[in-house]
Amino acid sequence: MNEMQFLTWVRGPGLDIAVGIFLLGVLWRLIEIYLLGRKQDVAPGRHREGASGLHTVFRRSVPPPGMVKRSPVSYIGGYIFHIGLALIVFFFMPHILFFKSVLGISWPGLPSQFIDLVTVVTMAAMVVVLFDRINKPVKRYLSTFQDWFTWTLTFLPLLTGWLTVQHLLLPYTTMLALHILSVELLLIFLPFTKLFHAFTVFGSRWYIGKINGHRGVPV
Amino acid sequence: MSASLQKGINALKEVIDAPVASYFSSCVHCGLCAEACLFYVETGDPKYTPIHKLEPLRRVYEQEYTLLGRLAKMVGLSKPVTDDELESWKELVYDSCTMCGRCSMVCPVGNDIVYMVRKLREGMAVSGHAPDGIKGATKRTVEIGGPMGLKWPAVANVIKKAEAATGEAINVDKPGADYLVLLSSMEIVNYPEYLEALVKIFRKAGLTFTLASDAFEATNAGIQIGASDIAKVIVSRIVNSAEKLGVKYVLSPECGHAYMAIRWEGPNLIGRPYKFEVVHVLELLDDLRKKGVLKVKDKFKDPLILHDPCQIVRRGGVLDAPEPLIQSVAENYIPVVDKQKWNWCCGGGGGASAIHTEEAEALRAKAFGIKKRQIEQAGVGTMVTFCANCRIVIEEAFDHYGMNTQLLGLTELLAEHLED
Amino acid sequence: MQGPLIDTLVRQGVSRRSFMKYCATLASLMALPPAAGRAMAQAMAAARRPSVIWLPFQECTGCTESITRSHSPSLEGMIFDMVSLDYQETLMAAAGHQAEEALEKAIEDNKGQFLLIIDGSVATGLDGAYSCIAGRTNLDLLKHVAPHAAAIVAVGSCAAFGGIPKAKPNPTGAVAVSDIIKDKPIVNVPGCPPIPVVMTGVLAHFLTFGSLPELDRLGRPKAFYGETIHDRCYRRPFYDQGKFAKTFDDEGARKGWCLFELGCKGPVTYNACATVKWNAGTSWPVEGGHGCLGCSEPDFWDGGGFYKALSMPADPLKMAATAAVVGAAAGVAASFANRAKKGGAKAAHETVTLADLEK
Repeated sequence: MNEMQFLTWVRGPGLDIAVGIFLLGVLWRLIEIYLLGRKQDVAPGRHREGASGLHTVFRRSVPPPGMVKRSPVSYIGGYIFHIGLALIVFFFMPHILFFKSVLGISWPGLPSQFIDLVTVVTMAAMVVVLFDRINKPVKRYLSTFQDWFTWTLTFLPLLTGWLTVQHLLLPYTTMLALHILSVELLLIFLPFTKLFHAFTVFGSRWYIGKINGHRGVPV
Repeated sequence: MSASLQKGINALKEVIDAPVASYFSSCVHCGLCAEACLFYVETGDPKYTPIHKLEPLRRVYEQEYTLLGRLAKMVGLSKPVTDDELESWKELVYDSCTMCGRCSMVCPVGNDIVYMVRKLREGMAVSGHAPDGIKGATKRTVEIGGPMGLKWPAVANVIKKAEAATGEAINVDKPGADYLVLLSSMEIVNYPEYLEALVKIFRKAGLTFTLASDAFEATNAGIQIGASDIAKVIVSRIVNSAEKLGVKYVLSPECGHAYMAIRWEGPNLIGRPYKFEVVHVLELLDDLRKKGVLKVKDKFKDPLILHDPCQIVRRGGVLDAPEPLIQSVAENYIPVVDKQKWNWCCGGGGGASAIHTEEAEALRAKAFGIKKRQIEQAGVGTMVTFCANCRIVIEEAFDHYGMNTQLLGLTELLAEHLED
Repeated sequence: MQGPLIDTLVRQGVSRRSFMKYCATLASLMALPPAAGRAMAQAMAAARRPSVIWLPFQECTGCTESITRSHSPSLEGMIFDMVSLDYQETLMAAAGHQAEEALEKAIEDNKGQFLLIIDGSVATGLDGAYSCIAGRTNLDLLKHVAPHAAAIVAVGSCAAFGGIPKAKPNPTGAVAVSDIIKDKPIVNVPGCPPIPVVMTGVLAHFLTFGSLPELDRLGRPKAFYGETIHDRCYRRPFYDQGKFAKTFDDEGARKGWCLFELGCKGPVTYNACATVKWNAGTSWPVEGGHGCLGCSEPDFWDGGGFYKALSMPADPLKMAATAAVVGAAAGVAASFANRAKKGGAKAAHETVTLADLEK
């Protein structure tokens, strides 16, 4: 297989398969999780402003008082790499073109040089967060194979994408193909690993907000 | 007897629901919950990370309710939960968790960890892995009437004293009273002044209350050990009695988990809303304060801090009443940094205070370090709280550390300073 | 027309000065040191015409057109005239048996010395019967001639990589020259067609140094195929600024913005079009307003559509609907099983009594 055939495969059948597994997995897991249902709370509720599922979905994006000090790397590193990922995935021109070709909608992008900078910063943040996982006793204690694996899955698209744009290491064609391949791996594993929090985080926050909001506690 | 692993697993299968599934699917192992847990913060031991305490529940969830987990179990990749494992988790689920719910407040993905601990305890209890101390309290509550094994004569004695002190007759089993007043065993034994305070306050407010000889105990060890069926038996006593007497309100005492049991869990345990309302004593007091019924003659002078009991404030939703009340009676109230719904637990909630093994007591004392620092940093000699269990735990810790801090109950403090 | 090259050039009106200049340019194009230009000029001026045998296989004659005609009467074209082209079907006067005799004679006279140029892919299906010259399959001919050549230049994408004949479904079993011949130095000069100066550059190098220029992994001269079209494209700044033509006649297209979105394959195409240009430096596809087709890359025909941007998936939602239905079905099935299990657990529930707290 030469590099052009490789690229052709990853953006053809490879992407088909990856997107297919991704969609299949996401729907399957979402239904499996949320159709388990829950008992209705029959205790009369206490109404309070700001205590609801929806409020918590948003409020949990803000660090609780004093927590940034307790775990600065988790919060600062976490913010940087989440926001960075979002900017790169959704505001890099070639990516927007991708979405446009698939979904038919597009939106303005950010300058390539800026995305470049964001990518470097995001990768740095991810490396720092990884070191924190190795260094911090609690994180190390909780970590399983999945934690290292999903970190790699998330990091590879960033790295290969950056190398592609920078024309480093391998010829552009091969690098672009590797980039797309790494994204495909990410798509395939996302529904079946902790990366699925990208979807369930909204449900989880909504539940905790709803359950505690019923007692009038804005959590 | 009849506890078994199979019953335990079955109980877990019953209680796992969509929120639990969503929570476990969302956890990214960030470990931030540890930073909110007093047992981790004070010991630095990562095994006290709250989400880790739920490991058996997570495994049962994955093995029973996810296709991949079932598959993994079938091919032997995921080992079934064993009796030995649950036994070793006992310390994590009971000794080192007070169900204070602080971890649930900080989880960035919104996992309600305490919600899941409550569920895990259902499985721990019927597989025979609950600590003896809580088992004993549960047994005494069911068989005798209260976790301390108190019977009605002890209450009658307290009533007699209160009547003597206040010069007023106290109703017992009186139909049609506004309030049915509940007590906790600790109040009956250690803080009988509570009842006297109530008499004064009700008189001021022009309200009537009664006690019930068949339902005086508000605490509910069933929800602490994690046996909903038993909890239901205990809460039903109150519901039956209150509905028989036809009271409008049931007044929950200054006891954290009693409030949780009667106000929030109760209707769900019996499967229907009550025919009366449950009011926490602080809610009533604050209401009276707002109406101008409670007027203080003088104020408490010494600087003091407030300890917000988890089950009443953070988990019970009585958020706004405590602070205005303490401000109305104390001249030098110093708010602590982590107050109200962010307060740190005393270390003995969720049944932990009933566990009297050497390790559990040592751990409890260590975990109190954070409260100790709060007191020291505020530089006060007085702490006020409104939970009988917190009071016992804190007094024990004061003894342990040789602190001569004064500990007061909010209701009594108010009553003491009320206009006659 | 034997004799030193420079004499012929002078006769054709090319001054010594412009020849030197040409050599210097060629040397710099090939990234050789400045002194190489002089060496090249001396070597080429003194060179005798080497024998060249040009074999056409499965091809369209586009490469021949490109090299012999499009630059005429450019310097490259003249230099090309200077080799002794002993066999070239399209250009030679001889036909039939005479032509074949000329081929055999050229092989015989220049054994081990001649340069073998091939355009077109080699058909291997039906033992090569898809493409024959004088009753001989291309495959046969190649195997007959190649062993005697000094080196082989595979001109055009077909000879270099199989090209369009090899495009799916490849009915003739077309392969590249390098798939058949393994023991001769082969220079691939891909392109559909390739740039003439690349040909002459390779030739000049061969004349000057007696060796082939430095090649990349795909056997292409690094000097010409070292960078992508995208790297050297004059529209690159627009790409970096995110300015793209969306259609061939919009404002962006008129302003000369990047053609990436219109399917330009510049980023994955290694060739010199952007620097050397075509038709004596007049223009090149991107300058003409059309994206690069990637014609000098292997299998460019099967690259997923000329007008689809590179980052674009071929058709990622092909399986989406099926996947979604299967996923939803799996989820619903799992949920039924889960609910049944939970129902079973509820049914198995015996009211917990104090006795159940003890083992």
